[in-house]
Amino acid sequence: MTLDLAQFHDTFFAESFEALDSMENALLKLSAGDADLELVNTIFRVAHSIKGGAATFGFTDVAAFTHTLETLLDQLRAGKRRVDAKLVDTLLRSCDLMREMLGATQHKQPMDKARVSALHAEIELIMAMPGDSPAIAVPAPPATAAVAPAAAPAQLPPGETRSGWRIHFVPGPKLLRHGNDPLRLLRELATLAPCEVRVDAKWIPPLTELDPEECRLSWHIEVNGPVRESAIKAVFDWVEGECDLKLEAFGPAPDATVMVPALSMPEAQQLAVTPPVVEEPPTLAPVAPTIDESLAPRNNAASTQAAAAAASATSLPSAAAGDGGSIRVSIEKIDELLNSVGELVITQSVLSQLAATLEGHDAEELRNALGQLERHMRNLQESVMRVRMLPISFVFNRFPRLVRDLGQRLGKKIELRLSGDTTELDKTVLEKIGDPLVHLVRNAIDHGIETPEVRLAAGKPAHGVIELSAYHKGGNVIVEVRDDGGGLKRDRILAKARERGLAGADEELSEDRVFNLIFAPGFSTADVVSDVSGRGVGMDVVKRNINELGGHVQIHSTTGKGSMVRIRLPLTLAILDGQLARVGSEVYVVPIVSIVETIQVREEQVSSVASRAQVFRLRDDYLPIVRLYDLFGIEPQHTDLLDGLLMIVEADGKRVGLFVDELMSQQQVVIKSLETNFRPVVGLAGATMLGDGRVALILDVPGVISRFQSQETRRASAQEAA
Amino acid sequence: MKALAYMTGSEARDSRQFLTFRLGGEEYGVGILTVREIRGWSPVTAIPHAPAWLLGVINLRGVLVPIIDLRVKFKLERADFNEFTVVIILNVGERVVGIVVDAVSDVITLASADIKSAPHLGNQADTSHILGFGTLDQRMRILMDVERLLASADLRAADTANN
Repeated sequence: MTLDLAQFHDTFFAESFEALDSMENALLKLSAGDADLELVNTIFRVAHSIKGGAATFGFTDVAAFTHTLETLLDQLRAGKRRVDAKLVDTLLRSCDLMREMLGATQHKQPMDKARVSALHAEIELIMAMPGDSPAIAVPAPPATAAVAPAAAPAQLPPGETRSGWRIHFVPGPKLLRHGNDPLRLLRELATLAPCEVRVDAKWIPPLTELDPEECRLSWHIEVNGPVRESAIKAVFDWVEGECDLKLEAFGPAPDATVMVPALSMPEAQQLAVTPPVVEEPPTLAPVAPTIDESLAPRNNAASTQAAAAAASATSLPSAAAGDGGSIRVSIEKIDELLNSVGELVITQSVLSQLAATLEGHDAEELRNALGQLERHMRNLQESVMRVRMLPISFVFNRFPRLVRDLGQRLGKKIELRLSGDTTELDKTVLEKIGDPLVHLVRNAIDHGIETPEVRLAAGKPAHGVIELSAYHKGGNVIVEVRDDGGGLKRDRILAKARERGLAGADEELSEDRVFNLIFAPGFSTADVVSDVSGRGVGMDVVKRNINELGGHVQIHSTTGKGSMVRIRLPLTLAILDGQLARVGSEVYVVPIVSIVETIQVREEQVSSVASRAQVFRLRDDYLPIVRLYDLFGIEPQHTDLLDGLLMIVEADGKRVGLFVDELMSQQQVVIKSLETNFRPVVGLAGATMLGDGRVALILDVPGVISRFQSQETRRASAQEAA
Repeated sequence: MKALAYMTGSEARDSRQFLTFRLGGEEYGVGILTVREIRGWSPVTAIPHAPAWLLGVINLRGVLVPIIDLRVKFKLERADFNEFTVVIILNVGERVVGIVVDAVSDVITLASADIKSAPHLGNQADTSHILGFGTLDQRMRILMDVERLLASADLRAADTANN
């Protein structure tokens, strides 16, 4: 039976990348001095399951590298090696490399082999060093490799060698269905030592009863070579529980039923320098079966490994995330659910409207029942919405690494504090907020936090602090990036702005206005352009990205004390707070976030410029008037400005007065895209279903303004032509 | 037995089912597999600056579905929409669109031998969206290629009104 493994590739890659993230997290915690065994186990599990998966799918490069890494991690796990900064650094780089290798494999691109083997060699070198005293100079790996096997047998009492194993392997009938191939196991076994395999076909039923998907064969295998029992068990790791496995040692051994072989120190090191790829090298010295004091912890380790293997075989993501009980669901399914719930809400409100007109005793009961229904519907809608929400830790998690690396590179000591990382945000918002946040944090490290010397001179602790926090506030999520560095240099920003003509020469600007200048495109006050920041691209992009999400950015800064960037984000992009406005028979939804105020126009406030264009005076500003009926070509109720209402809306710093017939209710609306079945329309952000089942269009204020401007330009040129 | 099964198989392969509908005195057909549902006319929400053949969008169980007036598309006289007016909701590729027709008639099965390709009418009429003509019981139906029809309807075209 050949199974098309390619269909599992995507899952493997997705899970591996996730697992690598958790490995990175664990490593960063390790580097903080937290030598928790659970952390080491997490790291080991990741390497182990990636190795297993990669080997199954035939990604030999990845498997080979992970194998070596796993061996090193195994030493950590067994307590043979202490965790130090250098080791964590190497492991972090291995993590990056694995990510790259997996990425390259996924996209079928070539990988820089030299870098892989360089790091590979580095890991082997580390392993060649005696675990407890890594500072001692050690000969190059090949030399060690040559020495170790020779030394090892001397350590073992003669007569305790084994010359091989008899294995009786009876796979369960469902083994094949679970994607395991006994042939692969046999081949893997053959890499350990020469094997003699006899197949036992006596359980095969007559042809008429034969189910090709069931495995009815069993095997007698003789492994002719000194191989450790754990090595053999490791081969059968993936089928554990699905087969009947009997191991029996043969050869000149006194004890034929070894549970777990005890491993002496020299052997472990020797193991480490032998070539990777194979599960356990065949050149391995025979194992001493004596049960000494090292057995107990080893036994422990072996069972952890078995547990880890079992866990990774069944549910890698939950093992990696450390929180059980989650499933992977595609976003489309959730959106479908959301749609259905939205429809239910509409149907329910139609029912309520109908019931409101009924009379009599039964009608009252019906209304009560409908009132209950409404409450349940609202709960249901909220729950479904919450399914799309993810904790902001998904974004925050990348920062410990970033801060550590960048701090090291710039010679700055930085402590990162994260708070509120369980605050939940819509997945779409979350995906788009990552890059702006990275930019802000990099800026804080590069421009904000000073070098330790400068900080000490200023009477501040040498360690700078960057604080990332997230919390809920009034239906929004606030994310703050705070540093205790030098703060924004107001004078310098102002000088630069004047130089670039962004501010008048003797114009006095408020604090806020000055700080907002740094969001202007191409603005940078950095003296030196580094590869980290200072090129002046970025802050404008940050602001644009956040505005696109319907959010706001604010900057506060005190010279010498530090700066704080506060980002306000909507909880979700699927729902919008809207003001319903009527024009003729059409109802439009205006995002509340863009509305400044709504006023009834008095005659003296309006003046005509040239022949057509009308402007409206709002305190000290003159605003153009956009007649929505004219722009959208619909029949209005009022054409006289004095009869309707003027909604002052703002986008990209531009304000216009939007003329509508009347305002209706304010409500939260679910945004539906016009693009799904039609195409994007300038001036419209989408549409939504109203309570009565009608479709109302949602205005996109920047689009409305630009549409208005181009229409005016066209009219002006048409007039000139005429 | 075997031979018979083969025969039916080949027959099924060589014939197609069409949903036929009336529009301005003519009878048209669309492949039954593209039809998602048939519903009565309900008011639409007009989209500003949309082409004339796009009546607007409706809410179909939480999905916005554009509704196309085939009469405009085929340059027929406009008709009043009443309770007999029918909207056929079609799956076109990844999208869902609705077409307004006068009435739905029948589901017919046509053998491929009964489907004649559209004659080239030169400038007289655009036949690019016509799959062919099918004759059954002496009556001719114009079979539409929905994908092509809506490609020419150009749903995806850029919003040119702004430029």
